[in-house]
Amino acid sequence: MALISVRGLAVSRGGRRAVEGVDFDLAAGEALILRGPNGIGKTTLLRTVAGLQPATEGSIQADPDAIAYAAHADGLKGALSVAENLRFWREVFGGPAIDRAVAAMNLSDLVSRPAAMLSAGQKRRLGLARLLVTGRPVWVLDEPTVSLDAGSVALFADAVRAHLAQGGAALMATHIELGLPEARVLDLGPFCADARRPAARAPASFDEAFG
Amino acid sequence: MIALLMRDLRLATRAGGGFGLGLSFFLIVCTLVPFGVGPQGDTLARIAPGILWVGALLACLLSLDRIFALDWEDGSLDLLATAPLPMEGAVAVKAAAHWITTGLPLVLAAPVFGVLLHLPAAAQPWLVGSLLLGTPALSMLGAFGAALTVGLRRGGLLMSLLVLPLYIPTLIFGAEAVRRGAAGLDGTTPMVLMAGITLAVLAAMPFAAAAALRVNLR
Repeated sequence: MALISVRGLAVSRGGRRAVEGVDFDLAAGEALILRGPNGIGKTTLLRTVAGLQPATEGSIQADPDAIAYAAHADGLKGALSVAENLRFWREVFGGPAIDRAVAAMNLSDLVSRPAAMLSAGQKRRLGLARLLVTGRPVWVLDEPTVSLDAGSVALFADAVRAHLAQGGAALMATHIELGLPEARVLDLGPFCADARRPAARAPASFDEAFG
Repeated sequence: MIALLMRDLRLATRAGGGFGLGLSFFLIVCTLVPFGVGPQGDTLARIAPGILWVGALLACLLSLDRIFALDWEDGSLDLLATAPLPMEGAVAVKAAAHWITTGLPLVLAAPVFGVLLHLPAAAQPWLVGSLLLGTPALSMLGAFGAALTVGLRRGGLLMSLLVLPLYIPTLIFGAEAVRRGAAGLDGTTPMVLMAGITLAVLAAMPFAAAAALRVNLR
């Protein structure tokens, strides 16, 4: 049974259609990676799936209480320690204890440090550890590997794999190779709203424009 | 919900959280007024109810934009919107945290500031009572204004313009209750009207603010 089922989805950003006609299903144990050039609407699509904005067209069948969303911003409070940040999100989402998430993202040495003192990569790892304490089956991730080093990307790939093995699912937008060969890839290029409308397409050459 | 309240209180009392900012501002207003209007006790006593209420209102306004702006900047608001907690509940909790860190200290410190402004002793219970009943409405209306302007650069100024007119009924009835108390009269009528406004605001504004937040998060 699909955890997320998207049919004919069109999303808009600032009143302009970004992508349209997107179909996909995401079942338990599956990962789907969205690709496409900057500005095509990956973030908008993910926010729509997460329920933060309405779809322009089409349907999304998903339980909003099953989705854990992670964006570019990690939602961390600099004045709180790593453990306090994680404990807060655990209490809000009612997920499992934070120990496993701390260990999975290799944050054990940093638990009592204020989040403001962390490096960009460490913050990102803390933001990803938050996903583990939500206890939700569907991860919707927007560029999860930004500012991570190679070792941390591997750590993240392991966390995703463990999550999929437990019957979870992941929908990600990313540009880099995660080392998840089992993940399906959906290229958003063909769904770009501008490219699909012939009138909006820029002429390919001078002759085509004026010939 | 308790987790969110505890987090907001903890953040407010940590470094850079702005706890005590409103109270210090209130103190400064109450100290500046005697310098401005002169030290005659009877003049001060006459304007004290109005000054105390306007001061409390401005002190409350000072920290309003922090209610949602910080959470919006660091992405917490997106995450809270996807959390099991209903948005209306999150708004109410955040307004409550604002009241505990801003309104409640004002209520507790008000008698001292009343003395600074020669407020007659008979008016002191009315001052504390009216602030106790009125400041929750200030925080809740402020949360609505903050929700409307979240995500706007320099939204704090626009928010003041939106919120201050909404504060007028509370200000009128609150100051009137204190004025009647100072004149030795019974201030129950304005107090009851103000309590009614506060209850209406507490009932309606979480929904309005949550709707505004949802639109702003798109």
